[in-house]
Parts: sequence; C-alpha cells; structure tokens
Amino acid sequence: MVSSDEYSAVGRTLLERPAVAALGLVIGYLLIDLVAKLAGVEVGAGGVHLLGGSTPVSQVGRYVLDGLIVGLVIGLAGVGLSMTYSILSFANFAHGDYITTGAFSGWFAAYLVAFFTLNVDVPFGEAFLVTAPSLISVINAPLALLVGLVASGVITVAVVLLLDRIVYEPMRDKGGIPLLIASIGVALAMRYAIVFVFGTSTRGVTETGSIPSVDIPMVDGYVPLNAHEATLIVAAVSLMFGVHFLLQRTKLGKAMRAMADNKDLAQVTGIPTERVVRTTWIVGGGLAGIAGFLMVLERGTLNYNVGWRLLLLVFSGVILGGIGSVYGAIGGGIIIGIASRLSLVWIPSDFARVVAFAVMILVLLYRPSGLFSGVKTA
Amino acid sequence: MSVADRAWAAVPAYFKENDARLIAGLLLGTYLFHGLLAGFLAGVNNASVANAVANSVSNITFLIAVYALLALALNLHWGYTGLFNIGVAGFMAVGVYAMSILAASPTGSPPGLGLPVPIAIVGALLITAVVGGLAALPALQLDADYLAIVTVGLSEIIRLVFNASYFAGTVTDPSASSYNVVDVFGLRFGTGGGQGISTPINSPARAIYETESGLTAIGEVVYGLADTLDVGTSVVVGGTYAVVLLLVFVTLYYVLLSRIGNSPFGRVLKAIREDELVARSLGKDTRLFKIKVFMVGCALMGLGGILWQGSYGFVNPNTFRPIVTFYIFTALIVGGSGSNTGSVVGGAVFAAFLLEGPRRIAGFVDAIAQLFFGSLPRPTNFYEAMVTLDPLAWAGYLVDNVAYLKFIFLGAVLVYLMQNRPEGLLGGRSEIAASVDLSERTGGETDE
Repeated sequence: MVSSDEYSAVGRTLLERPAVAALGLVIGYLLIDLVAKLAGVEVGAGGVHLLGGSTPVSQVGRYVLDGLIVGLVIGLAGVGLSMTYSILSFANFAHGDYITTGAFSGWFAAYLVAFFTLNVDVPFGEAFLVTAPSLISVINAPLALLVGLVASGVITVAVVLLLDRIVYEPMRDKGGIPLLIASIGVALAMRYAIVFVFGTSTRGVTETGSIPSVDIPMVDGYVPLNAHEATLIVAAVSLMFGVHFLLQRTKLGKAMRAMADNKDLAQVTGIPTERVVRTTWIVGGGLAGIAGFLMVLERGTLNYNVGWRLLLLVFSGVILGGIGSVYGAIGGGIIIGIASRLSLVWIPSDFARVVAFAVMILVLLYRPSGLFSGVKTA
Repeated sequence: MSVADRAWAAVPAYFKENDARLIAGLLLGTYLFHGLLAGFLAGVNNASVANAVANSVSNITFLIAVYALLALALNLHWGYTGLFNIGVAGFMAVGVYAMSILAASPTGSPPGLGLPVPIAIVGALLITAVVGGLAALPALQLDADYLAIVTVGLSEIIRLVFNASYFAGTVTDPSASSYNVVDVFGLRFGTGGGQGISTPINSPARAIYETESGLTAIGEVVYGLADTLDVGTSVVVGGTYAVVLLLVFVTLYYVLLSRIGNSPFGRVLKAIREDELVARSLGKDTRLFKIKVFMVGCALMGLGGILWQGSYGFVNPNTFRPIVTFYIFTALIVGGSGSNTGSVVGGAVFAAFLLEGPRRIAGFVDAIAQLFFGSLPRPTNFYEAMVTLDPLAWAGYLVDNVAYLKFIFLGAVLVYLMQNRPEGLLGGRSEIAASVDLSERTGGETDE
C-alpha cells in the first residue's frame, strides 16, 4: 500500500522538477516501445509511426548480455573509484590507467607462463612484450590465465600503493582539485610508461579459434555465450561477492563509512585513517587491475588505451550509483553497460558511448546523490 | 625552497618587474634555445642553417601563440571564476566545425551552408557561445570536481557526435540507404564523420604574398629576400601567420581579458571564485554571471580552435581528444591560474620546453652521439634494447621514444607543481579585486 502522503510527495516532485518528469516520460516511452518492438506490434496514428516495430528477441538478448559483460567490468573497476572518491574526496583520473596497468601486467605474466608451459614456437622477446599473436585461451592455458589474473591484481596493487606514497600521501590535506590535477599527471605518466615498454601497437592476445561456446535459446533464436565471456562473468561476480563479505564481516566497512563521513572525527575516535586509506587503495586498485585483465580476456585485444577509454564510463557508473557506495558502483556500472548496449535498439552504434555520458550528466544534474544514495559505503 | 622557487629567484629583477619585459625575455630565451639547437642540427646534417632556424622559430612561435590564446581563454573560467572546465577541446571542436560547416559549399561532400568565411567565423563564435551557455547550466549547481567530469564528458560527446557517420553528410544521394546528410528546415549539412572535414582557411598568411595570378608586390620582396637567405616560402608563410597570431591575437585576448578582469563584471567573477555565497548575499545573481562567463570563455576557446586547428585546411574529430584540454590546462597551471601574464608565460613555457623541448634535446643528444660514436644503435623495441646490455643502445631507444618520455615528464611536472607550487610560476601574485589600488593610499591625514 502506498499512503496518500507518498502520492502527494511524488506529485510535488513532478511539479517542482518538470525535467525529471519529462525524463521519466521518455524512459517510460522507450520501455513501452521496447516491449512493443519485441512483440512485433506497430502502433501508429494517421500514418505517423508512434512506437513499436519489430526487433528480434534474441537480438535484444545479445545486447543485454553484451551490456552485462561491459557493465560487470565497469562495476568492478568502479568499486575502487567510488571508494577513493568518498574517502580521499577527489576524482581520480588515473583510475583508468590502473585498469591498463592490470591488463598489461596480467597478460605479461600470462604470456610468460604460457611461454614456459605451453609448447609455443615464438621468440622469448615477443612473449616478453606480449606481441606474439593470440597465444592463450581458457582451454589451452588455464594455468597461465590464473597466474595472469593474480598478477594483474598484485602488480596493480603494488603500483597503486607506490603512487599513493609518492604522489597522493603528501597531498592529503590539499583540496580535491589539486589532487584531481595531480591524478591527471599520474594518468599521463603511467600510460606512457607502459607505452615506453610495450609500445603503442594493438595486439590480439587470446586464441580465438577454439573457444567453446554455448547457444542460449531465446524465443526466436539463440544468444551465443563463449567460454571467455562466461569466465569474465563468473570471476567478476565472485569478486563482487568477495568485496561484499570483506566489507560486511570486517570492521573495515564501518571504518571506511566513518572516514567518508568525517575524517577528523574518525581520526579522534581511534580509526587508523592511513591504514584504512591503504586498504582502500589495495581493494580498489586490485579490483581495477583484475577488471582490466578480464576485459582484455573477453575482447581479445590489448593496447595502452583500454583503461583510459573506459574511465569516463566508469565515472558514469559510479556517479549513477552514488559516489561512495560500493553496491552503487556495481549496480550503476551494470546499468550503464546495459543501457549503452540496449540503446542500439533505437540509435546507431556510434552513439552508444554518447548515451552513457549523457546519462551521467543527467544524473549529476537531477540526482547528484545517485540512484542508490540510500545505501552508503558498506 | 623548492626548485621552482629557486628558478624564479634566479630570474633577474629587470624582467620580473614588468610583464612585457618578462614575456619578451622569455620569448628571447626560447628562441635562442630552439634556434641554436635547430641551427646546430642543420649544420651537422649539412642542411640550410637559416632555413632550419627560421622553421623552428616559426613553429615554436605558432605553438606558443595558440597555447597562450587557449590558456588565456581558460584562465577566464578557472583562474578568474574558479569554474573547473576541462572540456576545452570540445569547445574548440564546436568552433572549428561550426566554421567549416557554415563555410562549406552547398554542393560539396559533405555539403554546408556556403557562407563567406568572415561571416562563418562570426557565426561559429556565436554557436560556440550558445553551446557554452548550455554547458554552463550544470555549472550552476555542481561542485568543481563534478563540473570537471561533466565538462570532459561533454567534450567527448561533442567529439563522438562529430565522429559519427550518422551525421557525416558524405552520402548525398537521398535515395541511398546510407544517406547521412543532416537536413534541418531545408538547411543541408554534414560533419564529415570520422574522415574529417575541410576547413575554409588553409595557410591564411599566403594571401599576403601570393594571389592566384602570381606574387604580390610584398611577396616579390619577401620571397626574394628569403631566397637569398635560403629560407623556403612555406616557412615564410607559416612564420608570418605565427607572428600575427602572437602579436595581434594574443595581445587582443590579453587586453580583452585584462579589461574583463578589472571591470565590475570581473570583480564579481573573482568574488564567485573566492566565496560564491558572499557574492550572492551581496545581491549578485551568480548564476547569470556564470552563464555569461561560460559563453564568453567558450567563444574565445572556439576562436582559439579556429586559429589553431582550423588553419591547416583540414581537421578530424580525433584532433579534439581530452589530451588537448590537459595540455592547455598544464600550460595554464605552469604559468599560474588567475594571472593573464601567467597564462601567456605558461603557454610559452609549455609549448617551448614541455611540448617541443624534449624532442629538440633528443635530436641534440643524437647528433652529439653521432659525432663521437658514429650513429647510435636503434633497437626496435624495449626487449631488444634491454638484452643488448649496451648503454648506447639504451640511449638510442630513449632518443627514439622521446615522444612518449615527454608525456611521463609532463605528468611528473603536473604532480610536482601540484605538490610544491600549485599557484604556478606567476600565480602567487594576488590580483586586487577592488577597483582602486588599496595598497597605495595617497593623501589623507598623517601623523606628522
């Protein structure tokens, strides 16, 4: 039951925020349109096409699955961005390059393992620089992938902690903007340090020929799901549950909540703020690195730009979910991922990222606390 | 005392006292640095020294001018008003594209509106101002770091829209399924999509020296003079444009922004930067001021974009990646936000030393090494360089990859400045918000 008070509150919101109401109408229209399209119904009045049409269900299923995959990567990477944003109160523009660091360090380790364990015929230099084409799949080298996954997390954490020590720690008391600008500097330096070693070429790293794939039956067709996509989904979801338990079962979640709320108060209450900050970097950096590794596993290609290109989408997800909320970052990332892919039902693919950025700007304008703002960092 | 403080202390007082002298001295030092290195390299390679020096001076002048222009425009937002706009590249793109579309021939591919170039430029500035005004709406209610994310997101949206083949206008046959000309109330135009678009201006200074029928009177004299000095005509044309940019446009921007800064309007801007609540309590509608300052600043960024990227005759959307914004921001921060002289100095220091300096020095190192050791070994990748265990091969790899090292250096400079001197080289000087100088009161009663 909804009380009349709540009705009037909704009514008031609609009157006071006409833009929100308009946005709600647009989203409602799109949903009805999507349902009509799936049902193959076309509604028109006087020769003017109003809504509907026909879109295969399996096509929409593929969009949703693709969106979910992108969204899981965005969500996984977003956890760290959201936590550092609320605890250190600055927008970390280097976070995208943490993702790249994870991708390169993970695939570097995986390639080294593959070079020594698989019977591959490539020069060591090409394995070292990850330029030997398409060595690894989840079938032929599960060990290399596992080592790569762990290495991507561990090496990224090490790099992130080192950067915190050199760059951010001396600036804790400066405002958000100097930290933001410094993080842009960090992003540039990291990205081109990677380029200095590995070069700018885009390389294919996964073996594409022999990956098993299952077809999920849909109403009017199939949605294919291959082993790499499945690996990504399983790994990302387990990591998210891991974070959930870490934050729920330890004092860390409470300490982080306290710090995000009031740093000074947290400090006088005896919370070891520096230790909390370090743990935040460890969790956030590790997840970002692993997200980068998994994303490359699914896409099959690796270059120095992967993380930077993802950064704004990660920001979109974090802002949509509400800055400071770990669950918000995950949920927001998944929504952004699915929305950007599902938008292909209506608009050409050139605009998928435009939709994601537009959603971010609209959320900042009309609901800056995010969708899940009720759930604070926990 | 930090390194930057010491460097600043080492500058003779003669230059520090006067802004014009400071900028002139800096330019002189820059030209000496680049000219000497370029001349030395040309001498080593048996090329024309005069041409190399002229070319390097003209290039560096052009870069200094455009970075100074854009840093000045950004200073209006970030330095004066405290609005953290990192969408500069997007507004430049709007300016350049609006001009190109307005001026393109209606029958071309992509078609445009066929307006004369000067009108197209004015129209482009108006359009950029309107887009800037719309971009200001988020600025009314957002904190600085949220505004940063919104503006960088907006600049990416702008770039992606120009990049989309949907509006490209390259398929002009209405019956084709891939027909992609934008048609608004009969106005047909396109953006060129990922392939880019032709801009109506190409080497604008050429018109001074050449006409379609031949050389002008000035052209005869100057080209003749250049020929005796062994300087190419393209260097003369480029150099002329660069000098016009530096002497005319940078001066115009500087004067305009100083006037704005000292006007009652500018005082409100500074009040918003310091404490928006106070400005509002004093009866100023700060929202209106923010919208206005966004419109003016974005139009200036659009003009900066036109003078820079619009002057090559061709442009594509990837020219306007966020990295350009970060360059301009670095220039402003190096110089010192809030100070117009700082913006110009920052533009010069950034363009001459951070952007172009590493390449010059690498070329110099390469040439020296060639004189002493013969040519440096050139390993093709990092692994090859490492396993040779040969310092010369390492040096060769460093020289080859100086374009990437430059970014690492740039990042380190940003971090260093933020940690030690967030106010930049000249930002420490406080700008007086009052209309009269309160520090020098003359007259009145004294104790004597």
